[in-house]
Amino acid sequence: MAGVLVLEQALNGLQFGLMLFLLAAGLTLVFGVMDMINLAHGSLYMVGAFLAAWLVALTGSFVLGVVGAVALTGVFGMALEAGLLRTLYARDHLSQVLATFALILILNDGVKMIFGNDLPLSAPAALAGPVELLPGLQYPAYRLLILGVGLALALLLWLLVQKTRMGALVRAGASNREMATAMGTDIPRLFTVVFGIGAALCAVAGALLGPLLAVQVGMGENILILAFVVIVIGGIGSIRGALVGAILVGAIDTLGRTLLQHVLREFLPPQWASAAGPAIASIAVYVFMAIVLAIKPRGLFPARG
Amino acid sequence: MKPNVVTLCAAAVAIALPFVLRALGLDFYLSLASRIVIYAIAATSLNLVLGYGGMVSFGHAAFVGLGAYVTAIMLSEGVTSGVLHLAATVAVTALAALVIGAISLRTRGVYFIMITLAFAQMLYYLANSVKGYGGDEGLTVRARSLFSFAGYVLDLKKPLAIYFVAVGVLALALVALARFAPSRFGRAVLALRDDDVRAEALGFATYRYKLVVFVVAGALGGVAGALSANLQGYVSPNLLHWTQSGTLMVMVILGGVATVWGGVLGAAVLLLLQEVLGAYTEHHEFWTGWVLLAVVLFARQGLAGLLARMRATRLS
Repeated sequence: MAGVLVLEQALNGLQFGLMLFLLAAGLTLVFGVMDMINLAHGSLYMVGAFLAAWLVALTGSFVLGVVGAVALTGVFGMALEAGLLRTLYARDHLSQVLATFALILILNDGVKMIFGNDLPLSAPAALAGPVELLPGLQYPAYRLLILGVGLALALLLWLLVQKTRMGALVRAGASNREMATAMGTDIPRLFTVVFGIGAALCAVAGALLGPLLAVQVGMGENILILAFVVIVIGGIGSIRGALVGAILVGAIDTLGRTLLQHVLREFLPPQWASAAGPAIASIAVYVFMAIVLAIKPRGLFPARG
Repeated sequence: MKPNVVTLCAAAVAIALPFVLRALGLDFYLSLASRIVIYAIAATSLNLVLGYGGMVSFGHAAFVGLGAYVTAIMLSEGVTSGVLHLAATVAVTALAALVIGAISLRTRGVYFIMITLAFAQMLYYLANSVKGYGGDEGLTVRARSLFSFAGYVLDLKKPLAIYFVAVGVLALALVALARFAPSRFGRAVLALRDDDVRAEALGFATYRYKLVVFVVAGALGGVAGALSANLQGYVSPNLLHWTQSGTLMVMVILGGVATVWGGVLGAAVLLLLQEVLGAYTEHHEFWTGWVLLAVVLFARQGLAGLLARMRATRLS
């Protein structure tokens, strides 16, 4: 019984970690290559989720809605990069913080004006039921879909970064932007595309997590900080680091939230255990980051040589 | 600091404001004025770390929130002495800043930003989990800090009392900040902000200097929190949320990094902007965002820089 619970929570942790990876992938490239702090990255996650909820209701098809939202958010991301963020790359971190904080305010309130404070989004009916993975282990089919999509996209992104010419240019930019530019790479144009892909990945995470969490204004704020933690743990600018960091953070957060409560219940009164569990789990992620930084100050897989 | 025209005008406005508001029958706005002054104290304390110290702390709300919680918890436990609140707030927030600063200052650049953020988030989740003091719903307190001396009692429940106490704290902070920059200690801090390798080579104990600045700013932020608890009669984990730290940073950058008046200017403009826009539209954040974007793009040294440039053009 305990084994089944651990396995189920491990799958949940992996699934949350993969979604965090989708958010962290774009963030780490913008941060690593352009040295840009983009606080509005979480807003793209929110925009993607709202567009998905709206399009799913409009078209009546979950797949169509999600694909449309991902495409639209990608285009929106590229427009945002070319129109505004590009002028911020050369500025200091403080200006970037102020500008992207302003963007959060604009996008939060803008989404509220257009769609309202929240939108309903539910998993497709065909995937509503559970699937028996092992005898005694019933796992929701929709969560399996998230796992599958997350793994497929992680693989695809790995191929893109490691095996294509564009990926090589991005890696060159992350390890030394000046040198890559001197060698003739058009980093600004490359970056508009990279940012668009990053925004589209945010939309995937937002759309897929929408039915599990909630599609509401402000949903990007808390997950943004987790994504920052992920990329700091993984090493800023490193896609591989983002993947490892995301899965570690996803596992610590999810396992801490559920299993820790069961463990704490052995020693503490139940109301204490249910209060302390989530707090310790939330804090554990940050403690883990502090430990990683103490041992490896540039994260697990530093991108800059 | 030689009192100049701007300083004297600001002092006169701050003193006259409550009486002008009363004469106009706009007493309601006194609490907004108090809120601006309290945010100005918090932003000024962040400006000390961020602007003068060059340490981009993204977790300053931790100290403001902690100060608010210390005072609110003491009030809810029946301790009403303002002196005790102040002493406990300063002690706890300075200690927290000492621990957080001692660890965070071993990192630099982006990692310093992230680790200060991480500590603030830890305290945020901690505040969420202390069910005995409201947990995620926050803690409401009826009583307020009482300062009694020579038979006279100052009750911060009175709008005028909290306002003038906050103005007094802010004035002290601004005088101290204005004197800090030209002092030997201040020059050393500015030197290591601009080039800490050089400052270290010149023989300054850079780590210790930075830590002192971080602790002083943390304690001042805590005092702002204690005043905020008194003004609102309510504290909640949201005081420690990262968006609060972000808002304080926005105030400092908006007003003017490393300028004496930067924090005050930023707090006043941001809160007034929200108040004024809020009167016309429920989507005031949307328009506030555009104003902030315009400041980033067109007023590079914040509002203080813009004012200085305007004065320079007028004089030339």
